[in-house]
Amino acid sequence: MNRTADEITARNPDAAASGGARADDDSVLTVENLEVRFDTEEGELSAVDDVSFAMRRGRILAIVGESGCGKSVTSYAILRLIQKPGRITGGTITFRPRGRPPVAITDLAENAEALRRLRGGDISMIFQEPMTALSPVHTVGNQIVEAILLHQDVSQADARARTVEMLGKVGIPAPERRIDQYPFEMSGGMRQRVVIAMALVCNPEILIADEPTTALDVTIQAQVMGLMKSLQRDLDTSVLLITHDLGVVAQLADDVCVMYLGRIVEQGTVRQVIHTPRHPYTIALLKSLPSLALKKARLPSIAGSVPALSARPPGCPFHPRCPHARHGVCDVGNPPPSEHLGAGHYAACLRVEEVARSEGRMPDVECRMPNAGTAKDNS
Amino acid sequence: MTRFIIWRLALMIPTLLLISIISFVVIQLPPGDIVTSTLDELLADGMEASEEQIAALRAMYHLDAPMPVRYLRWLGGMLRGDFGYSVQHQQPVSELIGERIALTVVVALSSLLLTWALALPTGILTAVKQYSPLDYAATVLAMLGMAVPNFMLALLVMWGAFTWFGVSIGGLFSPAYVDAPWSVARVLDLLKHLWVPMVVLGVGGTAGMVRIMRANLLDELRKPYVTTARAKGMRYWRVVLKYPVRIAVNPFISGIGVVLPMLFSGDAIVGVVLGLPTTGPLLLDALMNQDMYLAGSFIMILSALSVLGVLISDVALAMLDPRIRYD
Repeated sequence: MNRTADEITARNPDAAASGGARADDDSVLTVENLEVRFDTEEGELSAVDDVSFAMRRGRILAIVGESGCGKSVTSYAILRLIQKPGRITGGTITFRPRGRPPVAITDLAENAEALRRLRGGDISMIFQEPMTALSPVHTVGNQIVEAILLHQDVSQADARARTVEMLGKVGIPAPERRIDQYPFEMSGGMRQRVVIAMALVCNPEILIADEPTTALDVTIQAQVMGLMKSLQRDLDTSVLLITHDLGVVAQLADDVCVMYLGRIVEQGTVRQVIHTPRHPYTIALLKSLPSLALKKARLPSIAGSVPALSARPPGCPFHPRCPHARHGVCDVGNPPPSEHLGAGHYAACLRVEEVARSEGRMPDVECRMPNAGTAKDNS
Repeated sequence: MTRFIIWRLALMIPTLLLISIISFVVIQLPPGDIVTSTLDELLADGMEASEEQIAALRAMYHLDAPMPVRYLRWLGGMLRGDFGYSVQHQQPVSELIGERIALTVVVALSSLLLTWALALPTGILTAVKQYSPLDYAATVLAMLGMAVPNFMLALLVMWGAFTWFGVSIGGLFSPAYVDAPWSVARVLDLLKHLWVPMVVLGVGGTAGMVRIMRANLLDELRKPYVTTARAKGMRYWRVVLKYPVRIAVNPFISGIGVVLPMLFSGDAIVGVVLGLPTTGPLLLDALMNQDMYLAGSFIMILSALSVLGVLISDVALAMLDPRIRYD
């Protein structure tokens, strides 16, 4: 099952040319066959299994999925922030900075200087909980200035000036006064702005945002998302957005990976995945979105619930909840491999053609590629 | 911050008044008083006292006045620095306990410092290296330290010092310096003896503190702000020391308030075993002999020191944690 990016590109020459979430020359970060496991009392659980994707430079890649699907673990793995009992057990993560040789993040030692330079310098991260992501007993200025001094050879005064400027940039009023406040003196939205300022203050090439708005009020969510989008454009940052909200994905992202039970089940551009979903899980997720056009009484939901990682079903992990599952096909053997449907659109479903046919009433079919479903994975 | 301290100082007044009432009442509770116990002693020695003598004694100590009057007289005296007269020792209480209180503070503070010096790094290491051999070793030692009574430890240390070094280490001074006036040589002599009560009292407290620090820090290490700091590119140990440790020491510092009175009163038995000229043994003695002025003043002064200890720990906490300051 182990494939490298080269093999993928060789097998799917059109992938590189047409974008999507697989490796090509324009990638700023590539993740190949990533595997993360947790040692638990029930044995070794695989939280992330054979995950491969690439982030295109200057774009927003979203990883979508329900809680526990491994999307956050994947993002933590990129900065090597996974804590015991979890560990990366396989695969490679490669960072390709501008004008510098690529860095194999997975090869770095735990306490390597290079890894520390990467963290917060080249790749920074913002977290889900603005309430607890900042130290309660240090001023926000102290925490941001520290980030600058860790990565740049500037004076304390310059770092402070830069911090005030950055706080202004993320829309915090009176930043020269706010800089000396403690997190508990700020609202949730303000704190998340502080966290964003802290993450962007060293001009990272990659920003990883792990559910950055989940803990915020809906109106603040929209503000913060808008802010992130405009900053991303201004600073030319590549963003990895971890979210469970397909609405956010449709608004912000360029590329999408859909994860289920630790595996990527579908990936491609937003257009491909949102308008021509090919994996039954993605289709089910999209159908369960409320929309103004849909005036029926009940919103469809996905049958059943996500199984525990310790009770991963054989065959396709989604088959117990899948309306298209076939006995003897979907519930046996290894999880289905990712099929290239063309133009960088991938889905890991054995019945992808049948699904496409029977889900014909999905709004958008014009992107369907002539070779969809024909690139059989024989490895 | 200034307002906070003034407010806390003001709060001390009613607290201390309440303590004074309670200590006065408690001392009055047991049947009998200093005169009856003096009489008992006289009788035991085969002597007798006449009714007149007894009445004269009672009048001298104002024992026949109503309780509130006796209380106010006692309180008023204390405010003027007059802590009364110890019948048993035939000395003003202030003279009797002045040096003992000072020595008690020295012993208590030095053992507190030792506790901190041992417990902080051990607590941090055991939390960061949870479930490592070091953690298990420290846990076993801490359990032992908590389970062994201090007086037992005192006896062991004395026995050890005597058998291995051939020295008797009771007391805080060598015989030559016990009644000598203060001098550099006497201070040096004190330091030579101080380590025994310091170790005995400090080690007992260390065990508990290690457990507290470990538990607090384990909670804090899992907080998202630790991950945020690591994602900034800080060295792991710098992260640990700047963020979670800073927050985990909070209960540690508020612990001073509890540790101080514990050290003051808890050292009574250790003090007796080690023959220390501290407050503990004298207090025990005064209570047993119903030497009311001595015992009452003692309890009062120790309580005042404890309240002061709590104040110090609260102020330190407020300086360390802005969330407390702004409440």
